[in-house]
Amino acid sequence: MSVLVVIECANGEVKKSSLEAATYGSKVAQQMGTTATAIAIGDISEENLKHLGAQGIKKVLFDNDARLKNFVNLAYVKVIAAAAQKEDSKVIILSNTNIGAAIGSRLAVRLEASLATNVVALPEISGSTFKVKRGVYSGKAFAEVNLTSDRKIIAVKKNTIEVGHEAGEASVENFSASLTDADFAAAPKEVIQQTGDILLPEADIVVSGGRGLKGPENWHLVEDLAKALGAATACSKPVADVDWRPHHEHVGQTGITVSPNLYIAIGISGAIQHLAGVNSSKVIVVINKDPEAPFFKAADYGIVGDAFEVVPKLIEAAKQLH
Amino acid sequence: MKILVCISNVPDTTTKITFTPDNKQFNTAGVQFVINPYDEYALTRAIELKEAQGGTVTVLNVGEADTEANIRKALAIGADDAIRVNAKPTDAFFVATQIANIAKQENYDLILMGKESVDYNGFQVHGMVAEMLGIPSITPGVKLDVNGNTATVQREIEGGHEIIDAQLPIVVSAQQPMCEPRIPNMRGIMTARTKPLKVVEPTGSATKTEIDAFSLPPQKTGVKMISPENAGELITLLRNEAKVI
Repeated sequence: MSVLVVIECANGEVKKSSLEAATYGSKVAQQMGTTATAIAIGDISEENLKHLGAQGIKKVLFDNDARLKNFVNLAYVKVIAAAAQKEDSKVIILSNTNIGAAIGSRLAVRLEASLATNVVALPEISGSTFKVKRGVYSGKAFAEVNLTSDRKIIAVKKNTIEVGHEAGEASVENFSASLTDADFAAAPKEVIQQTGDILLPEADIVVSGGRGLKGPENWHLVEDLAKALGAATACSKPVADVDWRPHHEHVGQTGITVSPNLYIAIGISGAIQHLAGVNSSKVIVVINKDPEAPFFKAADYGIVGDAFEVVPKLIEAAKQLH
Repeated sequence: MKILVCISNVPDTTTKITFTPDNKQFNTAGVQFVINPYDEYALTRAIELKEAQGGTVTVLNVGEADTEANIRKALAIGADDAIRVNAKPTDAFFVATQIANIAKQENYDLILMGKESVDYNGFQVHGMVAEMLGIPSITPGVKLDVNGNTATVQREIEGGHEIIDAQLPIVVSAQQPMCEPRIPNMRGIMTARTKPLKVVEPTGSATKTEIDAFSLPPQKTGVKMISPENAGELITLLRNEAKVI
């Protein structure tokens, strides 16, 4: 009756969001007096999976079917459902990612489970109540939700838990489910990987620019500071709307919600929709020439000044760190 | 092509969120409700596909009578007819059950909706409906084209995109930049008044989650200001005080 953690892999590594999910899963297992098992599919080595022991995982079920190297929604759901049945898992942990949403929503119906996404804390378990805290109203509020089915699926938001570093290795067992053509009905014919850059949803530091930067030709300020800090770049909605930057960089209520350790906003006034997308960041820095910009109220550190003078000084100081 | 677009009724994105004193309910006083922004992408793309290739667009909402203003708005934007399931959308499983029941009777080629609503942020209904119907769901879709019986969807994954060809019927959940959402024009508003809006009662009331209480995030304790002349000091503070770099 172990807790089952679904592991996402990319480029042969376990994603950081999955290391967090694994840590979360092993803590839930402790609460329930059981152990945590992981299910990993696709592009990863057995060696790397053993390291999940550090996050408290005792056993990894590994499906290395070559057809599942990329994410195939129906096939992945079938494998994970089979793993949950085999382990008789009453609790399944996912990452709160696009892949997690695609898996969790189907799995919840197939396994008749309660599903909570966007979960931001460990559950409260007492007797037959199982309660989780999740983000609602696009980051503007939280809800405590009772999961009333016998089986529960939880998608954990990034930065909910510090990645564990225990001693010990996980054992790795081969695992597979029998797949049919129907499970590949909507398989990707092409995958366009974003390369080189640090991925925004996974980033620990995000440097974001708004209309205060005056034009796409000035984005080197954002990019150079991001590079010096090892950060991902992002932008506000108005900037994406006028095509200064691509839409996948748009952070806010209708774009990506991020929760990095550090969010640096340059020339962004802080409309309520933008704040909703970033307010679970641990530390927020705001640089704006308008001292009345609402973003300062949500910030930990602020500089009132012209981005074109301030940011080069930050880049210089950040380079000195290395 | 027969397209179903599922919409939810949500607080306007500029809304300051508050709750009733017992923290059990969202405080709707003075709040303007709109069509969920992600659903607007789904709706407009459905109308574009219908205009290019023929067919019908039906709008479906699970909600009480006060959602009808926004259902009429969807009709004014260009949907042909609408169905309202007369029930509070209590949780994702309940809403998905209602949508799937209607879809089972109507055999839609394409079921579109926003990837999530901006109030509950569940990001669940798309896949639940698809699983209940036994068809693929592609989520979130940032581009959608249909050629004959095949849909081509560009799907956003963490760190990239996938291109997927799938045979209809499928569910696709929408996200920008799928299209430029339309606003209703005067002619649309006039014709929307007479378009059919059918009200049906829900099937069952089963849910799998219950909201116990709401809370607001803690306020920041105050911002530490650094003078622009000594901007470099910020980097030192981030390393030594905040310990985030």
